[in-house]
This record gives sequence, C-alpha cells and structure tokens, in this order.
Amino acid sequence: MSDANELTSAQRADLRTIAAMIIPESDEYKVPGADDPAIQADMLATLGRDTALVGQALDHLAKLAGKPLAELDDARREAVAREFRTSGGAAAATLVRVVLQCYYRDDRVLRSLGLELRAPFPKGHVLEDGDWSLLDPVKARGGSLRRTP
Amino acid sequence: MKNDPVDVLIIGAGASGAAVAWSLADTKMHILCLDQGGWMNPSEYPSTGRDWEAKFFGEWSSSPNIRRRPEDYPINDDNSPIKVVNYNAVGGSTVMYTAHWPRLHPSDFKVKTLDGVADDWPIDYDALTPFFEENDRMMGTSGLSGDPLSPLTHPPMPPQPLGLSSPIVAKAMNKLGWHWWPSDTTVATTDYEGRARCINLGHCTPACAQGAKSSTDITYWPHAIRAGVELKTHCRVREILTNEHGMASGVVYYDKDGVEQFQPAEVVIIACNGVGTPRLLLNSVSGKFPNGLANSSGLVGKNLMFHPYAQIYGYVKEPTDSNRAPPTCLWSKEWYDTDLSRGFVRGYGVQFVRGAGPVFEAVTSEQKGILPWGADHHRAFRKLNGHRIGFSAICEDLPEEHNRVTLDPVLKDGHGIPAPRIDYTISANSQKMMDHALARGREVLEVAGATDICTNAPIPWGGWHLLGTARMGTDPQRSVVNEWGRSHDVKNLFIVDGSIFVTSGGVNPTSTIQALALYIADQMKQRLANLFD
Repeated sequence: MSDANELTSAQRADLRTIAAMIIPESDEYKVPGADDPAIQADMLATLGRDTALVGQALDHLAKLAGKPLAELDDARREAVAREFRTSGGAAAATLVRVVLQCYYRDDRVLRSLGLELRAPFPKGHVLEDGDWSLLDPVKARGGSLRRTP
Repeated sequence: MKNDPVDVLIIGAGASGAAVAWSLADTKMHILCLDQGGWMNPSEYPSTGRDWEAKFFGEWSSSPNIRRRPEDYPINDDNSPIKVVNYNAVGGSTVMYTAHWPRLHPSDFKVKTLDGVADDWPIDYDALTPFFEENDRMMGTSGLSGDPLSPLTHPPMPPQPLGLSSPIVAKAMNKLGWHWWPSDTTVATTDYEGRARCINLGHCTPACAQGAKSSTDITYWPHAIRAGVELKTHCRVREILTNEHGMASGVVYYDKDGVEQFQPAEVVIIACNGVGTPRLLLNSVSGKFPNGLANSSGLVGKNLMFHPYAQIYGYVKEPTDSNRAPPTCLWSKEWYDTDLSRGFVRGYGVQFVRGAGPVFEAVTSEQKGILPWGADHHRAFRKLNGHRIGFSAICEDLPEEHNRVTLDPVLKDGHGIPAPRIDYTISANSQKMMDHALARGREVLEVAGATDICTNAPIPWGGWHLLGTARMGTDPQRSVVNEWGRSHDVKNLFIVDGSIFVTSGGVNPTSTIQALALYIADQMKQRLANLFD
C-alpha cells in the first residue's frame, strides 16, 4: 500500500523498536514480539488512514529520543517510551492501537490465546443456553411499573 | 432540474423513515424517499474478515467524523463531552446499533406531572401501544415476556441464550436482590420473515453479515418497496422550499452524480434524526422563515438530549462470552424510576455487556493502564482477555435549551452544505445519576468477583441517541410539531424521528422512535381528507 511508503526508514526502525517495547517476544507463551517481521509488514501494509497520525507519533518519539530509539541504553529508552505515551496524545494512542490491532490478529498469537484463526462469518459461535432458573428470584420478587395518571 | 411531483416525500431511510414509508404505502399515494446513503452490502460487513475488529477504528467507526464515508456529513462536536455517532445508509443507524430493544415506560410520558420537571408529552404510552406491537412484529424481536418492571411486550421469538456472561451477572444481581431480565432485542433467535437466525458472529453493533440483526434495510424496506414506495439513494437534501402560502413545495437535493435537483411534493416528512433534522430545518431559510423552517418557537435544534452513558466493567476469573455473542444480553430497571433519596430526579436503565474481542480488549485496556507494556504484557493480557463483564447505565437526559444543534459557520459537507455544530454540557442531575450508577455497577462487579474495574462516564463516543431538537407539543410557542407530528408552522411538513421526543426516558429509544413514526403515519391516514386544516 502506497500509504506505508510515507514512513521513512528511520520511522520504520523506531516503529519496530517501540513495538517490541510494547509487546516483546515471549518464550513462556511461545509468541513473537510486535517487532516480528510479519507483524511489522502487516502494520505497514494496512496503515492506510492512520499513516499521518502514526507519522506524527514517530516524529514526536524521535524528538524525545534525539537519535534512533534502538541506540539508547535501556534506562533511557524506557524513560523516553514513558514520556512518549504520556505526552503523545491522540497520535501516540493511534500508534499503540495500530501495534495492538496487528499483533492480536497474527495467527501465532491467536493460536497461543486458544482463538480460532478465522473470520466470525459464516461459522459463527455456539452460545450455551444457560441456567434460566436464575430468573426465579426475580419473578418471585415481582414488582410493578410506576403508577401513571 | 425539476422532477415529477410526488404525493409524499420522505427524507431519510433509517429507523423512522422506513417505518413511515411502509405504513403510508397502503394509501397507494406516490411516495418517494430520498437518502444520502446507499444500500449496504452484507458481504462487506466487518465480520466477514479477519480484520473485523480493526475496522471499528476506521471505515466502520461509529463516528462519522472518523469514518468519513462520502455518505457521511461532518459534525462539529468539539464543544460536547459526548460525541455524535450514527450511520448514513438505507437502514440508517439501525445498520450500526446494538439491537437492544426496550420501550419508554408509561411514566416517561408524564414527567412533569409525576416529578415536576421538563414537560409531559402530548400523547401517552397507550396511544403508542398498538404501534409498539406492530413494530415489534415488523422488526422481529426476541425476548421473554413478563418482566415485572418493564412495559408488557410480546416478542415473537425466544430470548437470546444466557451464554457464559449473563449467569455471572445474574447471580450477582440476585445476591444483591436487584432486578434483571433478559433483554428484548431485535436479534432473530429463530429464522424469521426471511431472515436467518443469529449464529453469534460476535459484536453485532457494526452490522450483521448474517442478517439476524434487524435493520430497516432488511425489514421495512423490502415490504415498502414491494408496496410501491420509491427509494432513491445517494441523494442528499440541502433544503426544503416553501411556496407563497407558507407550505412546503418540495426539496432541493444533490443526486448521486452531484447534480442539483428539485423534487416537488405535496407532503414532506423528515426522518433524519435529532441532529440531521434540525440541521435541515435550519438550512431551509427563506424570507418567510428567516430563522429556519418550522422554527417560529425558536426551539429547532434546542433541547438536545443524548443519554449520558455511565459504563463500568471489570474482569472475572471465569471465561465470559467475549466477542462470541451479541453484546447486550440483560437489562435492569432497578433504578429506572425517581427516588429522590438518591439525590437526583428520574433514573436510568442498565444494559449488561457480555465482553470484548481481543483487539478491543487490548486497545482499551492499554489506554486504561491495566495492560502494561513490556515483559508482563502477555500475562496481563491473558488475565483480561475473555474475562470482561460490563454494566452500562443509560441515564435520562432532561431537556435543556442550551444543549443544542446549530449550523457551523465554517464546516461543510461534501456538497458544501453547512454542517451541524453541537453545544452540550452534562447537567448536575445527570452527573449525579452517572455517579450513582457507577457506584451500583461497582457493587455488582465486586459481588461477581471482578477486579481491575474501569469506568467511562460518559462514554465519549456514546452519542447514539439523538433526541429532542424538534419537540412535539400542543403549544406552538413551546414545541415544533403538534401531537401527531405535524409542524405547527408548515401544515404539510411532518417530523417522525427522535427529534420530536419531549423527554428521553432512560432506555435505548429506537423502539419508541419507530412506534411514534407508525403512530404519526396512522394519524395522517386517518386525516387524509383534512390533513392540512
């Protein structure tokens, strides 16, 4: 998608770095981090109408960091990330949302969560009927509508 | 360009426009409806794709300002803590709604008499009863008759299954001795009138690919069109014109190619919702109507009511329905009626929410600060995802003239028509109501064992219910339309949407909006011989 090309290579590098800070790889849960190449590719390919705000967010991040985020030491990088989320407003929120929405549709991640790898339609889901006797106390208590002249 | 005149011109093909079109069709008059949107294609609905949740944040956002489809018009709601949400298409906002289907209560029509606030409606609940019933059959409702604290309904289909989430809420409400009941909804739980039953695609608010959720494009409109009503899509009305007698003569609109057209009509019916209707009236300025059409009272656009939502949710140990069921399942009327010991007048209904999908869960939890960045993210997410239950109070908003819709001096839509501007504040009474609701919701959640409790009060993008901006009444100085929907000022102009509400009640209004539209159509049919007297 051409919109993705609007991010510079430096912005893409910072996006990759901040994404990994939001969601790092986990051996325990056997899931990739949000800096995984496939997830990053999904982000760039589907950025679309979010491109401008994500670009603004990355500009703000670059200003806070003063150099590529990956080149900061751990403590400084953490501090910049906190400041970014606190002061970044709607642009930062959009960047974080883009990271999350692409991460939580990745096959490996959904599989790890025990979720099916499919669109809701046409299979849908089965909903159990539940215990309708729970309504008995409500029926027993009764009540009436407010009297109206 | 001038078109052949029609007997009745309806502006808007949403909830009320569809209902009034269908009802009037049996008069065999020439009825034309213009809508700025088009027909929806269910094969393109979000639930047909793997990226269904991401679409909620873009082209399927409930906010027209975010969505920005060509069919949408912008709304300046910067000066309102509650943002307008809607949908513009055949079916209107019934394409994108939760399908929760309570009715206003009989007491809602008598608030001045009962509580000394606002005004009584010029009609009562009984006047609408047959139209509520007719509308429920047409829309196709599911539910359980017999709720002791709600008006009696007769849903033609059984209620939705309780699933996993409802019993958790129900047990907590039972422990507290508080009322709950399975919601009436317009979700088909059996095959109904050509619609397939619900298969739990997930959150059905942004349109139902199965067609189980009732929207007027698949309920009223097929019937109305078969009965001879003509519907033109992608036609945006700019203004209503009047003749030398002060009667509406027709409308100017832009057709699908952007060409300006004039459509003459004997009767004009507006069905554009509580923001679109005052916008159209205020844009219809002439020498005879310098302050906008039908506005001799000065009340067009005033008394906007939204229903501030107080939302509270938390996370239980048990799995919940998450995105695997329609979003709303139960309601409560425990706090619906006035009890002044609570510190406010009037009350609120509650709808319980089953859960959230993974992307929505991640995004909202990160924003609330309960889903951390870094190594603990995965553990925290697994604790939250699929474990949410929610409580949303729909607080009755009382009419206040300073809450209003006007025309923005700068903002315009794609056709250059001035856009609406919203000025709205939450009243002290509504704030106390929301505070009360959050406190009760917290009790429910804590009894249910929920942790990580979060609130949104109001829900910022919660301006679903657009009411009161062209209120009905018998006094032309204090209302815009009379007790059967006809403009006091323009005898062949009718309004049938939520803008004619006098007060808002504490429930989702679509059922009542459509019952009102059917009632007005019936009144028109009864008075055809002297409709303009």
